[in-house]
Amino acid sequence: MSFLEVSNITKSFGDTEVLKGISFTMERGQVLAIIGSSGSGKTTLLRCLNFLETADGGTIRLGGDTLFDAQNDRRISDSELRARRLRFGLVFQSFNLFPQYSVLRNVTLAKELLLRDEGHLSRAERRRRLDEIDEQARALLKRVGLEAKYANYPCELSGGQQQRVAIARALALNPDILCFDEPTSALDPELTIEVLKVIRGLISSDRTMIVVTHEMNFASSVADHVIFMADGVIEEEGTPEQVFGSPRSPKTRAFLQRPDN
Amino acid sequence: MSFLQVTLALLDGFKTTFILFAVTLLAAVPLGLLVCLGSKSRIPIVRIITRAFIWVIRGTPLMLQVLVVFYVPGLIFKMPFQSRMAAVIIAFIINYACYFSEIYRGGIESIPKGQYEAGQVLGMTKTQIFFRVVLMQVIKRILPPMSNEIITLVKDTSLARIISVGEVIRSAQDIVSGYALIWPLFYTGVFYLLFNGGLTLLLGWCEKKLSYYNG
Repeated sequence: MSFLEVSNITKSFGDTEVLKGISFTMERGQVLAIIGSSGSGKTTLLRCLNFLETADGGTIRLGGDTLFDAQNDRRISDSELRARRLRFGLVFQSFNLFPQYSVLRNVTLAKELLLRDEGHLSRAERRRRLDEIDEQARALLKRVGLEAKYANYPCELSGGQQQRVAIARALALNPDILCFDEPTSALDPELTIEVLKVIRGLISSDRTMIVVTHEMNFASSVADHVIFMADGVIEEEGTPEQVFGSPRSPKTRAFLQRPDN
Repeated sequence: MSFLQVTLALLDGFKTTFILFAVTLLAAVPLGLLVCLGSKSRIPIVRIITRAFIWVIRGTPLMLQVLVVFYVPGLIFKMPFQSRMAAVIIAFIINYACYFSEIYRGGIESIPKGQYEAGQVLGMTKTQIFFRVVLMQVIKRILPPMSNEIITLVKDTSLARIISVGEVIRSAQDIVSGYALIWPLFYTGVFYLLFNGGLTLLLGWCEKKLSYYNG
């Protein structure tokens, strides 16, 4: 049994069928790159995994737990939904940092709020946990190269720096699977490089990542597995060598030969 | 009547003006949020009724609303209002809550969807997202239009005299008819100006406080 098993996910918006039965599996520690042209359903798939959209059909199993089953999943409680969302992290294309909070607070806020779910803690215990959260956030920000920016506000940072804060923010909750939704599409080429470098630096045997990207070089160099999506289906998948080196599907070939790739 | 006597008489009237202003503001700010939630409700009947109510309140003069609140309970239910001031305050609160609710709605709807989604993927509850992520940004955005409404409220209090509530212009009119002096009527403008000047400074200070970030 694989770490993540996604099977037969379907999703329509009105009459438009965006996902027409997506199935794939991945192992812990793997990096999966999802490529494809705009409108192919890549982002919708990520949003279904993060429960920002509810899939119409299919199942999602993670680490042996059924996180989503369209058959008997219509009404789940809010707290259950939150618990499932926490299994996945998501870094957005447009960063979505909280503008009114400092960089450090952006990273610590969600964890501090989660601390409340643990019921009543003694004052000393609470203090200790808050210090821990603060320390972890500083370590994460240092890791993405922003140790000088703890007290700054998002509006004072470049796009690349904002995206690195967003990565630290997602990492703080230690999700089982970290997803990136075109993390560099809103960035200049030089800022793209710094963000990709950070993402590359996250790869380790226990970090599982799904990256939706238009950066073909990046996908081919970091991914263990590549999925090419077209019109709501997985048109082709395999190792980067297979998909980029000797694509079987004509659609894949046409996509990879486009001058901007 | 000496200048000092007129000033004191007008100050007495302005006390009523101020109370009407302060009570209306304090009550309409939270009530407006409730109306706003109603006009954004997912339950169609609640939404339709709320929006129809806002339409009526915004579509008719405040002066008429004051008259309706004061006279209609007596005409229909044989329960005339005992306090004129209470009737004015109720009419003002309802009217301003509706205007505020539309400002809130605009502010809330201007917050990008991504802010809510970021909160969601970070495991926050709906309440946490509203109070920790969205609210502060909404307040920053609605402060300029709210300042406008608040200053208008100060001047709208003069409508209270339609049912003989003794606010500052009414006090001036009493002097006009009792002492045959016309200038106290114009002098009331100074009271409004000074009060609104102070308010403008205060609201400007609030905006400045919130200008530590952009976006």
